[in-house]
Amino acid sequence: MVLNNIEKLLEKYENGETTLNEEQQLKNYFSQETVAPHLEIYKPMFTYFLVSEKEQFTKNVPLKTKKSFDFKWISVAAVTVLLISVYFSNPFVAQDDLGTYEDPEVAYNEVTKALELISSNFNKGAGKVNYLNGMETGVSKVGYLDEMHNTTKKIFK
Amino acid sequence: MTQSDFLNIVMPFKDKVFRLAKRLLVSREEAEDATQEILLKLWKNKAKIEEYKNVEAFSMTMTKNFCLDKLKSKQAQNLKLVHSNYQDHNVSLQKQVELNDSLDWVGRIIEDLPEQQKMVIQLRDIEQYDYDEIAKMLDMNNTAVRVALSRARKTIRQKLTNTHSYGIK
Repeated sequence: MVLNNIEKLLEKYENGETTLNEEQQLKNYFSQETVAPHLEIYKPMFTYFLVSEKEQFTKNVPLKTKKSFDFKWISVAAVTVLLISVYFSNPFVAQDDLGTYEDPEVAYNEVTKALELISSNFNKGAGKVNYLNGMETGVSKVGYLDEMHNTTKKIFK
Repeated sequence: MTQSDFLNIVMPFKDKVFRLAKRLLVSREEAEDATQEILLKLWKNKAKIEEYKNVEAFSMTMTKNFCLDKLKSKQAQNLKLVHSNYQDHNVSLQKQVELNDSLDWVGRIIEDLPEQQKMVIQLRDIEQYDYDEIAKMLDMNNTAVRVALSRARKTIRQKLTNTHSYGIK
């Protein structure tokens, strides 16, 4: 009875008319240890299908979340760097703190020292400037050349 | 879509993709590469994945196209696929050497079938899709699928009978 059924199913199966359910029945039947001798031929076929179903993909697939580099962040970084550098170097505010003396006497001494230094150097400079007087006399001597120029004019006339 | 969302969608059918690829490309390594390629393609297009009505069917079609392309380029290069992976089948059947041998035979017979029949056998008898799904995946009509299937099944039976009685009759 069962065998009859299986034979019918096999025929339908070969014509491609079986449903998935019926195919499962066939697979179950042929996965038994013993099948009818004249159907033995089908056994490897169905066993093969059953075995193949179990094969698995074992390789790992690297799923990289590709981060596209966003160029607008470069501008943000640039602005940040600029701001930081401006903040630290502070070119707009002149330095107020030049150092100070608490004790007026020390301050007075320092000031006189500084002024003396200035005046001595100033005098040195002024001494050099005295030579200019010599040059002035030289220039007045050169003034005579004008007269010579005048006389030569007269001569050539 | 996060990685785990994606994996939830893809996990259930990645083995099917692999088995179809292997059916067509024969070698295990080739099939693994193809599967990886297809999964990566899906991952790259993950934004669009939600628009697809049936991601699984879509992926199977993709696999089919990818593998056929691959085979075509292989043929063009005149390269023969070398394979030595029949031992994969003997998962739980070590004791039945004879049966094991016949299983190899089935594998080899299916390998000799035309590509379309191979795919139909794979999708129907191994992955158990229904006819409409197969028709959609392979871009065929329902009757054509049945005809191809019937032919493939008959060929397998025929050849098995031949090998069984080989040398006897």
